[in-house]
Amino acid sequence: MNTLTVEHPMIPKPYRVQSLRQETLDTFTVELSSINGTSELPFNPGQFNMLYMVGIGEIPISISGNPDEPRTLVHTTRSVGTVTKAMRKLRRGDVIGVRGPFGTNWPVDLVQGSDVVFVAGGIGLAPLRPAMYRVLSHREKFGKVVLLYGTRSPADILYRKELEHWRARFDLEVYVTVDRALRPWRGNVGVVTNLISKSPFDPMSAVAMVCGPEVMMRFTVLELQKRGLVNSSIYLSMERNMKCGIGLCGHCQFGPEFVCRDGPVFSYDRVKDLLAKWEI
Amino acid sequence: MDRIEHSVIDSLLQALQSRGYVTIGPTARNGAIVCDEIHSASDLPIGITDEQSPATYRLKSGNNHLSFGYVLSPVSWKRFLVPPVLTLFKAVKTSDGFRITNETSAPDTPPQPRKLAFIGVRPCDLQALTLLDKVFLGDRYTDPYYKAQREQLFLIVVNCTKAGGTCFCGSMGTGPTAKAGYDIALTEMDRKEGAFFLIDSGSEKGAEVMRELDRRKAAPEEILAADEASVRTRASMGRTLETDHLKEILADNPEHPRWDVVAGRCLTCANCTMVCPTCFCSTVEDVTDLTGKNVERVRKWDSCFTMDFSYIHGGSVRATPKSRYRQWVTHKLSSWVDQYGDFGCVGCGRCITWCPVGIDITEEACAIRENHQTVLPHP
Ligand SMILES: Cc1cc2nc3c(=O)[nH]c(=O)nc-3n(C[C@H](O)[C@H](O)[C@H](O)COP(=O)(O)OP(=O)(O)OC[C@H]3O[C@@H](n4cnc5c(N)ncnc54)[C@H](O)[C@@H]3O)c2cc1C
Ligand code: SF4
Ligand code: SF4
Ligand code: FES
Repeated sequence: MNTLTVEHPMIPKPYRVQSLRQETLDTFTVELSSINGTSELPFNPGQFNMLYMVGIGEIPISISGNPDEPRTLVHTTRSVGTVTKAMRKLRRGDVIGVRGPFGTNWPVDLVQGSDVVFVAGGIGLAPLRPAMYRVLSHREKFGKVVLLYGTRSPADILYRKELEHWRARFDLEVYVTVDRALRPWRGNVGVVTNLISKSPFDPMSAVAMVCGPEVMMRFTVLELQKRGLVNSSIYLSMERNMKCGIGLCGHCQFGPEFVCRDGPVFSYDRVKDLLAKWEI
Repeated sequence: MDRIEHSVIDSLLQALQSRGYVTIGPTARNGAIVCDEIHSASDLPIGITDEQSPATYRLKSGNNHLSFGYVLSPVSWKRFLVPPVLTLFKAVKTSDGFRITNETSAPDTPPQPRKLAFIGVRPCDLQALTLLDKVFLGDRYTDPYYKAQREQLFLIVVNCTKAGGTCFCGSMGTGPTAKAGYDIALTEMDRKEGAFFLIDSGSEKGAEVMRELDRRKAAPEEILAADEASVRTRASMGRTLETDHLKEILADNPEHPRWDVVAGRCLTCANCTMVCPTCFCSTVEDVTDLTGKNVERVRKWDSCFTMDFSYIHGGSVRATPKSRYRQWVTHKLSSWVDQYGDFGCVGCGRCITWCPVGIDITEEACAIRENHQTVLPHP
């Protein structure tokens, strides 16, 4: 036999699709479980898995489920290209490959006692959702909790039911805005960064967790700084091409950082110099 | 330090072969020195030297009788530890997904790690292996193929007594004489009456092999001659790279105008990354057979010079040749230090020799140093 005989960290484990739900026109959520249905895959909010579609490819996707329910792996994915379009056609019972969980996590456990501000752009809500779950399941340990979420249009809003449910809570502030909207929309219109100046958190104690396109994160940081947040209280989740997830393929390098291993969640302090440069 | 005669190299190869090692060494083929299986000393490139300069490589039949009279092969040893193409696993598609089989046998997949003895590792290339160790044998994740192959290596270094046309190991502190990390170190000494080798062991494994060889104690003047050859080699190196604060200077000057100048010349052909003994980047691909059912997942060498390398939905992070050349040099001479505590360049000069337009990493780094915008601490 001419193939590797040793267990290789690049060999995925099979997981079975339990359900696939269309969230929006181009975004869907898959729920996976181990083949025997009972194994757990514990993870921390902010971590990601490498999802493998046989014969097609493997991609990094954040875990968007509840960390307290590690038997079910939840991934919310936007179809944009080869692998994600193939994933969208999965059906209950299908088997895909999973490697992970990889990467750093949102500092939820470190920031108890603080106000927490989540700022999400588009699909960026998915990697933040496990942190929301964590905070909400220990709600009494945190100060004010604010979610600011922006999408392109009302039709692109993810987890709509859940957002409505969260918005009804008295211990949570949820603000949603869309870039553009037609008449039935009564909510905010404009970019998510516009929401920051008015939102009710104490900049002296607040910690911000930000996930979205890189430009959105850059502008979000500026607004948060204007409100008085210090760099070490701002956390971002970075995105880079990834082929291994384990610091060996070199693809995800961002200056000295391997985003797969040293990130994807970074304190802004750590990456601010890199973000100030182009094409790094 | 002992002395062995030229003819003893065959006994050395036999001693290794009898211990189950496949002996890999330099041999002349198609106008280049390549590293491949050698059976006896006659496979070595006896009397052959290489001429190297930016964008030029040529073999010459020298008027000597040295076995290691060439300087450096374009082929580095990394290919034995990090094969250019490695099958990670094989799978079959099933009605509900896939099953990993590893059963089908394809003849062209790379072999399993096996006992390999490298004959003629240059000191710079030895340091390159040390650097790759830090990459692939990290505390968090290791590459099992690399690990298994590394554990089965026998390393015979041949110290340099002549600098090549593009070498700068002296600046990087990696050569021309190896200090540690080998099993056996040889220095080939050219004498009118016939070449001989100085031999030393660097490990118990090496000492054990050495004891089997016909040798005598080296005379003090022979040892002195080798030391002098090392000093002469270092002094004759045509290139230097000033490494003081280089890490900071490269990291702080991504908009230095020189990056645009070099980008105007660079073809982004990726030659430099392929010949470099420390470049380790890879990609993965699924190869499907004609039935579409059998899938082989392969890992392949990749290069930061390609557009795909940094592609994320919407475009490549490093879309311009400038940013890609800059990434390569900055990784080698700056961020590598942050990541692994050492420069990622060993000064072997291969990238200079094999760049079709003769771009020289030492010249580029030097040009960035001039007019850089970094505030350096006072000495
Ligand atoms: C840490 C991390 C977490 C992510 N989490 C999510 C998530 O929760 N939901 C989601 O929808 N998307 C997420 N992404 C982005 C997702 O990985 C890409 O959309 C996906 O790789 C596109 O693959 P494709 O084959 O469909 O696209 P194509 O455009 O066909 O891409 C071809 C190849 O390029 C690479 N690639 C392309 N886009 C990206 C990208 N944005 N990031 C990294 N590699 C890319 C992949 O190797 C991909 O196979 C995440 C990315 C990272 C790095
Ligand atoms: S960067 Fe060039 S000189 Fe340095 S190790 Fe790589 S190939 Fe050799
Ligand atoms: S520096 Fe030279 S060898 Fe490297 S990619 Fe550019 S042209 Fe090719
Ligand atoms: S994804 Fe391979 S090194 Fe980070």
